Amino acid sequence: MTTADTALYIPPYKADDQDVVVELNNRFGPDAFTAQQTRTGMPVLWVARQQLKDVLSFLRNLPKPYSMLYDLHGIDERLRTQRRGLPNADFTVFYHLLSVERNSDVMIKVALAEGDLNLPTATSIWPNANWYEREVWDMLGITFEGHPHLTRILMPPTWQGHPMRKDYPARATEFDPYSLTLAKQELEEEAARFKPEAWGMKRSGANEDYMFLNLGPNHPSAHGAFRIILQLDGEEIVDCVPDIGYHHRGAEKMAERQSWHSFIPYTDRIDYLGGVMNNLPYVLAVEKLAGIKVPQKVDTIRVMLAEFFRITSHLLFLGTYIQDVGAMTPVFFTFTDRQRAYTVIEAITGFRMHPAWYRIGGVAHDLPRGWDKLVKDFVEWLPKRLDEYVKAALQNSILRARTVGVAQYNTAEALSWGTTGAGLRCTGCDFDLRKARPYSGYENFDFEVPLAHNGDAYDRCIVRVEEMRQSIRIIDQCLRNMPEGPYKADHPLTTPPPKERTLQHIETLITHFLQVSWGPVMPANEAFQMIEATKGINSYYLTSDGGTMSYRTRIRTPSYPHLQQIPSVIRGSMVADLIAYLGSIDFVMADVDR
Amino acid sequence: MSWLTPVVVDVIIQVLKCIVVLLAVVVGGALLSFIERRLLGWWQDRYGPNRVGPFGMFQIAADMLKMFFKEDWNPPFVDRVIFTLAPVVAMSALLIAFSVIPITATWGVADLNIGLLFFFAMAGLSVYAVLFAGWSSNNKYALLGSLRASAQTVSYEVFMGLALMGVVVQVGSFNMRDIVEYQAQNLWLIIPQFFGFCTFFIAGVAVTHRHPFDQPEAEQELADGYHIEYAGMKWGMFFVGEYIGIILVSALLVTLFFGGWHGPFNLLPQLSFLWFALKTSFFIMLFVLLRASIPRPRYDQVMEFGWKFCLPLTLLNLLVTAAVVLLHAPAGAVQ
Repeated sequence: MTTADTALYIPPYKADDQDVVVELNNRFGPDAFTAQQTRTGMPVLWVARQQLKDVLSFLRNLPKPYSMLYDLHGIDERLRTQRRGLPNADFTVFYHLLSVERNSDVMIKVALAEGDLNLPTATSIWPNANWYEREVWDMLGITFEGHPHLTRILMPPTWQGHPMRKDYPARATEFDPYSLTLAKQELEEEAARFKPEAWGMKRSGANEDYMFLNLGPNHPSAHGAFRIILQLDGEEIVDCVPDIGYHHRGAEKMAERQSWHSFIPYTDRIDYLGGVMNNLPYVLAVEKLAGIKVPQKVDTIRVMLAEFFRITSHLLFLGTYIQDVGAMTPVFFTFTDRQRAYTVIEAITGFRMHPAWYRIGGVAHDLPRGWDKLVKDFVEWLPKRLDEYVKAALQNSILRARTVGVAQYNTAEALSWGTTGAGLRCTGCDFDLRKARPYSGYENFDFEVPLAHNGDAYDRCIVRVEEMRQSIRIIDQCLRNMPEGPYKADHPLTTPPPKERTLQHIETLITHFLQVSWGPVMPANEAFQMIEATKGINSYYLTSDGGTMSYRTRIRTPSYPHLQQIPSVIRGSMVADLIAYLGSIDFVMADVDR
Repeated sequence: MSWLTPVVVDVIIQVLKCIVVLLAVVVGGALLSFIERRLLGWWQDRYGPNRVGPFGMFQIAADMLKMFFKEDWNPPFVDRVIFTLAPVVAMSALLIAFSVIPITATWGVADLNIGLLFFFAMAGLSVYAVLFAGWSSNNKYALLGSLRASAQTVSYEVFMGLALMGVVVQVGSFNMRDIVEYQAQNLWLIIPQFFGFCTFFIAGVAVTHRHPFDQPEAEQELADGYHIEYAGMKWGMFFVGEYIGIILVSALLVTLFFGGWHGPFNLLPQLSFLWFALKTSFFIMLFVLLRASIPRPRYDQVMEFGWKFCLPLTLLNLLVTAAVVLLHAPAGAVQ
């Protein structure tokens, strides 16, 4: 199972990889691009709208192509003050491309003027551009020419305005009070009526009458407020359209109204099963902006807690996955295990599911006395339980019959849909950021990346079970090798700042006061950090305009592309297969809708 | 008291017996919901209902009260007559089938000489409950559920009947009491009719739509399937109907394969009811254990298993049984 013979060789990570810049300059000429200096760890190139499609196609078709459209979103630049040397823009759309073969990224940006918010679509180059472009239209009002179905995706169809624009209010108090008139109610009800054509579904002929089945937004197996409309022929799924947005809370907009520090608790709730794992990419990105290097102990504590949350998330996955294929008992056992993990987490952080415990430049507290005993107990407890789950549930022939060969896809498909995490590794692609692009000191740990090769619902589960064992290994190494030292970096932007000297030194006191009341001021720049989160690759792309708040926080979550992939995988399967597939994706809707 | 002839007394006693059996089965069915939840809790490392009364025993009373007082609501889009009829059929078909079960040598509702056939007839009727419910609910989940249920029940009833024909051939009677007596004098039929037992047990689970054959109401897929639109007492009848089905199939297994009211090696014949109850409870527990332990196969896999594995097995079993019976028949007995 955990062999590394994979078709794709993943070279060591190349930050700020200039090879692609050379290739682009050779093909399009150096005048075509404006390079932007950032702390994102990748070349950021501005191109003109006329050349965008050629540039993107070129990158997609290079030898060692940029086969994954990792992220696509926009920025309202109109209030940004610190953008010297950049092309004039009211709005920017960025394309973050990832190449697994090169193990490097490139970001292409396009400047748009307010009166002409229009771009050619990239859906013909990467299929997963579809949802991203819809979201950009939804949030910023930028249209994409040639897009097959440019409608709202996160906001309801009747929504007015584009929330991520800077002139769109961020708080309810800035709006007129809400009232529901009869006309409005009727409008909403009419908008909720299901019209297959409006969803982009087709009948294949006048004589055929398909059955449409509305699964969700409240359905036991939808794992949250997720809706998927199925077009059935008997029990066979002819077509389906996922509908998201029921769990949208505007986290990215909130980030623009919270200080760098006070946004941390919001990140916990993006993938609400990931706990402090969500803090990690955010805090790491802010630290890149601030230029903070954290002490080794901080890295190790962060890794340990993050792995704890990987385990709790995977345990929940395991239980619900087995439940989704019909076995009711294991979920109770995995929840018992999660409680044990939470006992340790609570002892260390003070909270259970959402500790919001990482800080800019460190963690909230030092480890409590006796933490090692608790961690040790858990490390000894879990492997035996995992063996039991494998033996009692995962080797069960009925479960295998339900999931082996179900909802299968290969590496190329996974990459083209932006699939990451276990969903990618189950196809045999050895791409785990902890190995491929180590962060937070993962390079110091000895662990393996579990792989599987069939890319089906069963393999996605097996990979995660093995990942839990590897997480235990990592935690065990943290336990044995926890460094001594401070739990916070000694840096002016560490938040909250160390307090020891505040009462002896007036400058320190003033800085401390300002940082605690207004929040730290981050230097104007852009930073980016991706991590191997519980469900795939999660990243924060932060734009600072030199203020106490983020100018733009782009949260790229793994579940979003995973759900977009569903129709391409499940067409032609049966309803029961869809349920097994949904269970095997391991998504939470908060992670999709943000 | 001239009208109190021995015949009338007999009738009254018989009616009383019927009422007792009826009440016992219905109450047992209701009680099973509590027992199942406690058993599941026990196997799943948790408590189950343990708050109302000693050991949570009055939970069932609380549940019943709740169900009785819930509004008997019909969704506006349903076909009312059929919608109301469905739970009645669901509960009564299997309840009536219970009348052929001999509980002890002296207890039992009806002693039909075609007892087994009567059970098949009633089990066949019970599929209408699901069909009616799914169709009249005017709901796609219900419709999908009832389609699955009818296809499944029809295919499983085919070999359910065949599975028991081995028993009938061996005993030479459709009468339940004859079958029990045959086992008391010879071996319990579980041994010679082992494959019959296996297939009948599987079919029995399927006919009651119990896990792992609960595709018609698969919560994870169809969110309750055919009874998704039901609430209150109508839903309660489906619910109790399912448990009555469990009792019925368990009782049948005991009667047909495990010597009915006889103890092993005819031990302690005076405890006949206890033997019967004990053996039946064992199978009821087996039903619950099945639910607690295994995943649910896909609908088409269930059908495949039925037609491609169980049906040939029952046919083979029947053939072998018939051959053996013919071999042992005294010369000249077979024309």
